[in-house]
Amino acid sequence: MNKVTTIQSRFVPVTMENIDTDQIIPARFLKATTRDGFGKNLFRDWRYANDDEQQPKADFILNKPEFSGEILVAGKNFGCGSSREHAAWAIKDYGFAAVVSSFFADIFKNNALNNGLLPVTVSESFLQQIFAQPNTTTITIDLAAQTITIDATGQQESFEINSYKKTCLLNGYDDIDYLISMKQEIEIFEKELA
Amino acid sequence: MAKTLFEKIWDKHVVKQIDGGPSVLYIDKHFIHEVTSPQAFKGIEKRGLSVFRPDQVVATADHNVPTLNQHLPIKDELSRLQVQQLIENCKKHNIELYGLGHPFQGIVHVIGPELGITQPGMTIVCGDSHTSTHGAFGAIAFGIGTSEVEMVFASQCLMQSNPKLMRINIEGELNKGVVSKDIILYIISKISASGATGYFVEYAGSAIRSLSMEARMTICNMSIEMGARGGMIAPDEITFSYIKGRQFAPSGEQWEKKIADWKELYSDAEAKFNEEIHINASAIEPMITYGTNPGLGIAINGLVPVAESIPDEGERNNIMKALQYMGLESGKSLLGMPVQHVFIGSCTNSRIEDLRMVASLIKGRKKHDQVQVMIVPGSQQVSKQVQAEGLDKVFREAGFEIRQAGCSACLGMNEDKIPAGEYCISTSNRNFEGRQGAGARTLLASPLTAAAAAITGVVTDVRELI
Repeated sequence: MNKVTTIQSRFVPVTMENIDTDQIIPARFLKATTRDGFGKNLFRDWRYANDDEQQPKADFILNKPEFSGEILVAGKNFGCGSSREHAAWAIKDYGFAAVVSSFFADIFKNNALNNGLLPVTVSESFLQQIFAQPNTTTITIDLAAQTITIDATGQQESFEINSYKKTCLLNGYDDIDYLISMKQEIEIFEKELA
Repeated sequence: MAKTLFEKIWDKHVVKQIDGGPSVLYIDKHFIHEVTSPQAFKGIEKRGLSVFRPDQVVATADHNVPTLNQHLPIKDELSRLQVQQLIENCKKHNIELYGLGHPFQGIVHVIGPELGITQPGMTIVCGDSHTSTHGAFGAIAFGIGTSEVEMVFASQCLMQSNPKLMRINIEGELNKGVVSKDIILYIISKISASGATGYFVEYAGSAIRSLSMEARMTICNMSIEMGARGGMIAPDEITFSYIKGRQFAPSGEQWEKKIADWKELYSDAEAKFNEEIHINASAIEPMITYGTNPGLGIAINGLVPVAESIPDEGERNNIMKALQYMGLESGKSLLGMPVQHVFIGSCTNSRIEDLRMVASLIKGRKKHDQVQVMIVPGSQQVSKQVQAEGLDKVFREAGFEIRQAGCSACLGMNEDKIPAGEYCISTSNRNFEGRQGAGARTLLASPLTAAAAAITGVVTDVRELI
């Protein structure tokens, strides 16, 4: 997995609340058997009219060239619904390195962490402060310090992340390496459980 | 020390607690399907590993399978390849597959329980958020992502943080025309689509204890729709008699031993929950959703909220956006509104009791001319039972179409889609934008309320037909 340390970038605001994973990546795009290429269908039905890439919806944020960056900022309860990891793959494949919201659905948050996509939970008021910024403002997310800063104003908030996951992200470790290293202990546990 | 039902099972399955981090949790049963497993198989193969405990994995094809002519090759190329990949992966890794054509094939959360694979006290996972269904048996069951599917393949374990615990107590008797789907839609409408995020929920109280296993599964199934990691119900005699004699249920001496263990699975009187909610069953009426998340529901005879008068800006904008998508007006009743489709199926409501409920209401009646009605049984075994009981005749005489088992129009991965702009009363679990097809408008309801609309062609209070 990629290492995550500090991300400094402009942001793309999607202010809606309760964005479910069916909006992030509709079910009809889940038929692939690899992890690649989902970015082109990120927010597919909000992005294009009549499911046609030649008909981008001008009012949707990803179609506004003035908004760009590696940080997606979204309304509360982001990633609710289906467990499809394809949602995290699509966001990352599109080019985002972090997602900021005031509240994340549990499975999405795990899926993001397992893919080196950093979910940053901020207070509702901090989220609104980001939304109020012009598109040229950059945001700095420092994982080691666990802080998020609006660079133009200096407003800063610290965010929670469990220390195990933080270590994994900073070093690019994934859970699977750890679990594989535990095989002997797991085998002993199985004998006791039986 | 007093423990909750959840803690009794969880504690028994912790291989190791990492300091300041998650627990390594042992998984008893792992269900897989064609959509969320291929990348996980690729992942372990890339690491040169094989599946660690293939005997604890059960596979089926359900999400993208057609519900007509399942004996023919799947027409959609990508779906066909995905199902084919599942067949090859299961063969290569010695995993039992109940694929198309197998008498046990069906929706993963229907077949686990009906085969007796799902049992009290187990930890159960699947790359599907509705895995919470299995919690109805007093199991810790939850949905996982594909990376986690890969972890379970590799080690039969997962890294999991302790969730907070919530108990929802529902006491009293249910009103006429109110079934378990109404209970869960009512709960979600009260606590919202995110109200239980971070929690594992136990459902308790006399109204829950009086429910059949299939009705309990409907409730646990939709736990994720309020954000909960999972939902569970303490096992009792109803649970034990449901399991007894099923294909993979323990028998003989093993059965006696298991029953003794299972009888210990309840929350101790002094056990502590982070949150407790009390609901009076008599307050619940038949429910229907009007919006684009399952928390946006009302009593069938209630009014759509007046969006403009909601004080919280975020919530106001959400509901206005939802009403615009749904083509509905603030402050109006849904009763009498025409619907074009009725879908009876999905892991929420496609079991034999659901279909019996529908048949008992429509027997001797005909569907409305303007409505297309599709019934998709949850499994091959449910289909067989439908025929054995002659329900298929009741459905056909009413003009309902009966399909073959699969997830179908719940998520529209196959051809079973609702056209843009049209309304569908659906017994499934999600009314998200485009869930049943791009532009489709979904109204979630119970099998009874769906059947009532099939007969009248409009949103109907089923109590008028009983």
